[in-house]
Amino acid sequence: MTEQTPKRIFVKGNEAIARGALAAGCKCYFGYPITPQNDIPEFMSQAIRDAGGQFVQAESEIAAANMVLGATACGIRAMTSSSSPGISLKQEALSYMAGSELPGVVVNMVRGGPGLGDIGPSQGDYFQSTRGGGHGDYRLLVLAPASGQEAYDLTIKAFDLAFKYRNPVMILGDAILGQMKEPIAPWIPDNLDPDEAADWRLDGAKGRQPRLHKSLFLQEGELAQQNRHLQEKYEAMKAEIDYESFMVEDADIIVVAFGSIGRIAKSTIRKIRSTGKKVGLIRPITVYPYPSEILKTLAEQGKKFLTIEHNMGQMVEDVRLAIRTITDSDFYSCLPGNLPTPDDFEEPILKALEG
Amino acid sequence: MSIYKDVVIAGFGGQGVMLIGNLLAYSAMEAGLNVTYMPVYGPEMRGGTANCAVVISDDDIGSPIIQSPVSLIIMNRPSLDKFQPRIQDQGVMIMNTSLIEAELADTGRVQAFGVPCNDIANGLGNTRMANMVAIGAYVQATGVLPLEQVQACLAKVISPHYAHLIPKNSEAIAAGAAHAAKYGTL
Repeated sequence: MTEQTPKRIFVKGNEAIARGALAAGCKCYFGYPITPQNDIPEFMSQAIRDAGGQFVQAESEIAAANMVLGATACGIRAMTSSSSPGISLKQEALSYMAGSELPGVVVNMVRGGPGLGDIGPSQGDYFQSTRGGGHGDYRLLVLAPASGQEAYDLTIKAFDLAFKYRNPVMILGDAILGQMKEPIAPWIPDNLDPDEAADWRLDGAKGRQPRLHKSLFLQEGELAQQNRHLQEKYEAMKAEIDYESFMVEDADIIVVAFGSIGRIAKSTIRKIRSTGKKVGLIRPITVYPYPSEILKTLAEQGKKFLTIEHNMGQMVEDVRLAIRTITDSDFYSCLPGNLPTPDDFEEPILKALEG
Repeated sequence: MSIYKDVVIAGFGGQGVMLIGNLLAYSAMEAGLNVTYMPVYGPEMRGGTANCAVVISDDDIGSPIIQSPVSLIIMNRPSLDKFQPRIQDQGVMIMNTSLIEAELADTGRVQAFGVPCNDIANGLGNTRMANMVAIGAYVQATGVLPLEQVQACLAKVISPHYAHLIPKNSEAIAAGAAHAAKYGTL
């Protein structure tokens, strides 16, 4: 048995995210109910008030997202969460936050789509998350946890990154991550800076010039300059690229899968490895910015690629972009509406290995 | 070889399959192991069939969802029909023979423990403890954790409002274990 870790608690992924947000100093949570993320507002409704913060069950998802915009304009760490249909409604506020450089944190526990879809897990919102989602040339920083502990850790990181880049950050989970219970070891960061927004927050203009946050730039050249600035920021975010690498060194084929599908594929890979076949895994943890370099490096070593997703083929486009000058990636789709298991991935991996 | 155990626990909504899944998972955490607990959370929770999957390992756990479980706890007939064909060869199955005919167990392929969970629970004073009898039998049959560890964690998963029922539930766990030890497989 592993070493006793008595400080662990046994919680759903949703609760891990809520606890991570509180540990990160989140002082405002605005939400609206939707399955499968309801455990987040449920937990927050009590815990954030106990922590001296504010909880609002808004009149709609749109309102909740705009409340985050307002709170972050005041330099307050604030979060909203929802699931796919609700996240679609939040896109306008996300575009405005990106345009006016406000650091909101948004959680999407993805469910099946399109439309109302179902309440089961899916990765169908990959495009929406990584391509901006709303109107205009903007990007979110997108973190895709695969376990309860990672959900907790990445939520803390999400707030840090949001304020570091003054850009909205999304936690991209799914119904599996949200509903699964796992032990997590909570921790409290010791680097919270109460003055992190001192240079730009709206706190009354007493003794200083008024400040203005806006996403409207009508003067000649003004918007072009803003867009150039944003693009430079997105380029700088590449410093945050993160991924899990599992048994890739001697692998003949690399499975690329993110979030819950990444960890499910890991079980399949372990099983195939036990028969002597050389399979490895790259699990992107940041899906924007995307870990293209490592994929390119592995492609240069002559490895094959298989992308597995719980959608009809979205991240595979990023894999192909990364390795396009060297090779291509096969793709296996686990249909949204079905619950993926490790057994499902065995045949496609073996086929891609031999093909 | 590292430790790896998984189990799908299935029954009617209301039979307490989620509760014993939670209990098993919590006990594994307290034993210092890694564990995942994956419930179904849809309309099943409102009265149809319910099931959850628990994976226990001393290594990091890949999938929390299991197509072909190593073991099963089956509380009613529809769950037997759904999951028995999926269990691995020589897997351990706890079958609630109070509600399922023992001859339905695929004894040629599965190590099936027939446990009259409702009858044993009834004998202890409350048929609703059938789930605790089943988890006791499972722990005994698989040796996944010490029985005392599971009994000690009852207080962690039963709400304080029902704390007075913990000694009886602990007794039911012991009774299930005793039955599995005494009668063995079908």
